[in-house]
Amino acid sequence: MTIKNKLLKNFYKKMLQIRFCEEGFIDPIINGEIKCPVHLYSGQEAIATGVCCALRKDDYIFGNHRSHGHYIAKGGDIKKMVAEIFGKERGCSRGRGGSMHLIDPLNNMLGSAPIVGGTISLTVGAALASILRGDKRVAVSFFGDGATGEGVLYESLNFASLKKLPVIFVCENNLYATHMPILACRSKNNIYEIAKPFGIETTVIDGNDVIKVYNVAVEAVNKCRSGKGPVFIECLTYRLRGHVGPDDNIQGAHQDIRPIEEIEIWRKKDPIIMFEKYLKENNLYNNDDLELIKLKIKSKIDDIFSEVKSYKNPKRGDLEYYVYK
Amino acid sequence: MSINKRMLTYSYAINEALKQVMRIDRSVFLIGQGVKSPWYVGNTCSGLIEEFGEDRVIDTPVSENAITGCAVGAAIAGMKSIVIHPRMDFMFYAFDPIINQAANWYYMNGGKRSVPIVIWGIINRGGEQGAQHSQALQVLFAHIPGLKVVMPSNPYDAKGLMIAAINDDNPVVFIDDRWLYNVEGDVPTDIYEIPIGKGNILRHGSDITIISVSYMVKESMIAADKLTEKGISCEVLDLRTVKPLDEELILKSVEKTGRLIIVDGGWKSFGIGAEIAALVAEKGFNTLKFPIKRISLPNIPAPASGVLEKIYYKKAKDIVNEIKDIFK
Repeated sequence: MTIKNKLLKNFYKKMLQIRFCEEGFIDPIINGEIKCPVHLYSGQEAIATGVCCALRKDDYIFGNHRSHGHYIAKGGDIKKMVAEIFGKERGCSRGRGGSMHLIDPLNNMLGSAPIVGGTISLTVGAALASILRGDKRVAVSFFGDGATGEGVLYESLNFASLKKLPVIFVCENNLYATHMPILACRSKNNIYEIAKPFGIETTVIDGNDVIKVYNVAVEAVNKCRSGKGPVFIECLTYRLRGHVGPDDNIQGAHQDIRPIEEIEIWRKKDPIIMFEKYLKENNLYNNDDLELIKLKIKSKIDDIFSEVKSYKNPKRGDLEYYVYK
Repeated sequence: MSINKRMLTYSYAINEALKQVMRIDRSVFLIGQGVKSPWYVGNTCSGLIEEFGEDRVIDTPVSENAITGCAVGAAIAGMKSIVIHPRMDFMFYAFDPIINQAANWYYMNGGKRSVPIVIWGIINRGGEQGAQHSQALQVLFAHIPGLKVVMPSNPYDAKGLMIAAINDDNPVVFIDDRWLYNVEGDVPTDIYEIPIGKGNILRHGSDITIISVSYMVKESMIAADKLTEKGISCEVLDLRTVKPLDEELILKSVEKTGRLIIVDGGWKSFGIGAEIAALVAEKGFNTLKFPIKRISLPNIPAPASGVLEKIYYKKAKDIVNEIKDIFK
């Protein structure tokens, strides 16, 4: 499938927005300005970008604990997201949710939650809503390899398949469920195969290749939209930061529980570096263009961080709001 | 309110609520295990599939967690979901979507999306079914911020509270009791709501307030009749809604009678009785003429043996004896 240059450039922009945003959180985490747990998406940008660019605005997505990338890729206002993570009233969840509870109803990012596997069934429900209304929306569930240990995934796969619901199950396999390497959690690293007994079409792809992710997602979206869903996609990837915060264990200590050699291999497969190579080889951008774009996007993100810090916190008197509508 | 009333059983009153709301509101749908089968859900769902089709009345495999999550997700995506649990013991599998997700959703996204869902759990006990087929779990849900809990005691309330629950923007746990399914009562033919959060004085009296809910209201009314013969005038307050409690009505009644007994079909510790006793101790202590009494299940799992069951579940005579003691 040929992808228009404009869209390719958009992939690059979105991935950079996510990366600079994520890296922007590191100093405020280490110096204590941000206290809420922040699960950085650095290294996994190609998945959110490739999948969300294949969706319509009215298609639904649900995220998990590591969902900054999903929110941004679906079109969310970065300022509101950063404000949320700083606990500000102008945050996307008015400072009541923090990093793990992002929502953007305008773009149909319907929410994220850190109970592992907890939003998978919600996504199936959003797809059911689409069928009941007949509005042909597709619903995407983003979850990690850790969620394959939760029973609700299997219940959800079965029900979605039984009712032929327009759900795309996107498993971002970054090889670690918090501190547990995948082979300490599962006897085989074969996640995509779990969808097979449910009769769900499934595939495993390089999740760091944004073009591949996009192409596979487009195909999945088309299937779901024409009543041939659900679809399961396992995206192999790696987080470039700790499970929570910049590092594993002591923040700022640059410690990692993972083997250095393994980290080095994956650094070379950084989705942004890989995509830059593609952009240059295909003469979309040269080195100077790339530098300029990076500079521009970084400076915008930097401005957002400085602006957001001056936002107001929620009022103490508003503690009781939003328990009931 | 219309005067067009006729006798209807409790289960058919719920059935009528579902039919009438589904006819006028396309966003309402019902999902859960056994909606096709009276063995699971009594008559509450009869005729629904025939009228609304299997797309809107969805019988499901045994997957409480995912199915409840599915209902929650559909509600977040703009539907009005009703998810049924024909035996509430199985709802433990669904605590994540009910509590972590539905109850917290509106708060944790700062009021951006609420979850208009009815989580319908049926208490199905007695008949030597044992500990896992007998539980009444209303208090577990009532503990959770973000949930509302209603427990109708009669057909009229069952219809009105089901309609109110469906139309509420928040997650409402609707709990009914199979022991009530064949109870008959006057039910208006039109669509009406019983306000959530409001109790109901079923019988006015001056000597003692009996606060009760769901099936135990029936036993409380029988007890109140018997006690009248002994010259004790009982006021019977049907909570209708367990959460939020109708504090005003409770305090007013206790102020009038000066005595309080709470009759609840759940376990005693940390139960509805405990909550109401604490409320009255905090806000109505000076109105009490006698220590508050509680009648509830003992802190014991439900037994199977009929001999043990008979003493496990409280009846009108237990209420009568407890109240007679107060007036000794």
